[in-house]
Amino acid sequence: MCLAVPGKILSIQGEDLMRVGKVSFSGVVKEVNLAYLPEAEIGDYAIIHAGVAISIVDPAEAAQTLLDLQQI
Amino acid sequence: MKYIDEYRDRQLAHEYASAIAAITTRPWTLMEICGGQTHSIVKHGLDRLIPSEITLIHGPGCPVCVTPISLIDQAIAIASQSNVTLCSFGDMLRVPGSSSDLLSAKASGADVRMVYSPLDAVKIAQQLTQQNSDRQIVFFAVGFETTAPITALAIAQAHQLGLDNFSILCAHVLVPPAMEAILSNPDHTMQGFLAAGHVCTVMGYGEYEAIAQQYQVPIIVTGFEPIDILQGIYLCIKQLESGKAEVENQYARSVKKEGNQQAIAMMQEVFEATNRQWRGLAEIPKSGLKLKDKYAAFDAQKRFNYEDNALEICESPLCISGLILQGTSKPHQCPSFGKACTPEHPLGAPMVSSEGACAAYYQHAVI
Repeated sequence: MCLAVPGKILSIQGEDLMRVGKVSFSGVVKEVNLAYLPEAEIGDYAIIHAGVAISIVDPAEAAQTLLDLQQI
Repeated sequence: MKYIDEYRDRQLAHEYASAIAAITTRPWTLMEICGGQTHSIVKHGLDRLIPSEITLIHGPGCPVCVTPISLIDQAIAIASQSNVTLCSFGDMLRVPGSSSDLLSAKASGADVRMVYSPLDAVKIAQQLTQQNSDRQIVFFAVGFETTAPITALAIAQAHQLGLDNFSILCAHVLVPPAMEAILSNPDHTMQGFLAAGHVCTVMGYGEYEAIAQQYQVPIIVTGFEPIDILQGIYLCIKQLESGKAEVENQYARSVKKEGNQQAIAMMQEVFEATNRQWRGLAEIPKSGLKLKDKYAAFDAQKRFNYEDNALEICESPLCISGLILQGTSKPHQCPSFGKACTPEHPLGAPMVSSEGACAAYYQHAVI
């Protein structure tokens, strides 16, 4: 139920509750609601759950997770 | 796929398993909250990769599995009305109610539709309004704090659009009260938690600090890919071995401590906490969500005159799903597992749902 997947924001339109964007999931493009990410910009990767973006992927943190083991 | 594939690196996973083994000096029992994590653990064989001293217990983090039978029965009854279209996530369609399920209702003529998002149900209601149809659209709102703000957004959209043909049957539940219910049981064996990364993406993890402190358990906010889960286990064991009980965030690429403030605000605008029955866990105070009075017009229970009945215990006597949802038994310990109970002929919800522990064990041949 809490499945959510990252996708790249290709376009943004609309405002407030109806703010939406085209999001690419490895080439599969779907319309996603962006109401909860007013700061999202084209090119950002967002985590999408049930047709709605719930967070912007932090690229630095994403890279750090893969480097953490080297620092153990 | 970017931000998924790199967290499935086999070599890195084995290195993490070695790192976990290097710091593990005694047996430990951890619980992963989320059914998505359960499936990832079983699918990728992580439970067999980590040291045998570490036991992973599967928690109640499958909202489909914990939805009370009474609500499923209500969904079926509402769907069976001639002027109703019931929209639901696919997971719910085959979960057994008292005597039937939504898929059987559909086969009998009910208009039951599987949707990807509650926002799709709003679009259907909007289209019907434009067509001057008198059909009612009801969304079966199931899920934890990851999904609840999506339903809240659907309600806000329907409110803004002035739709009087849209309502929800609300079964949303909250994770922290369930964690506290488990930890309050004197017989519990959990020594650490892997918290659900997407729930925390929405809610943040501030409220987990009081739980960690009160019950002296480390809580690691954890993602869903193999490297995420192995790192979560490593951080949890590291705390346990050093006598700490703190909240740590492994899933920082998605989770911020404060969560998603817009989503939280919308949830608080639309919903308020209420006592809720959990299948397998009984009633847990303030563990569910209900619509606030301002949005009561969108409450399907009120619209269709259904009281929120107390949960009737009418599970199959052959099904031990309650014990599995509490983490006190594993699926293969059920005498019906893989015999009288299969995904094709499920006796209980955990064998149906894509996040159910029984389905995970069956699908990935864990014995």
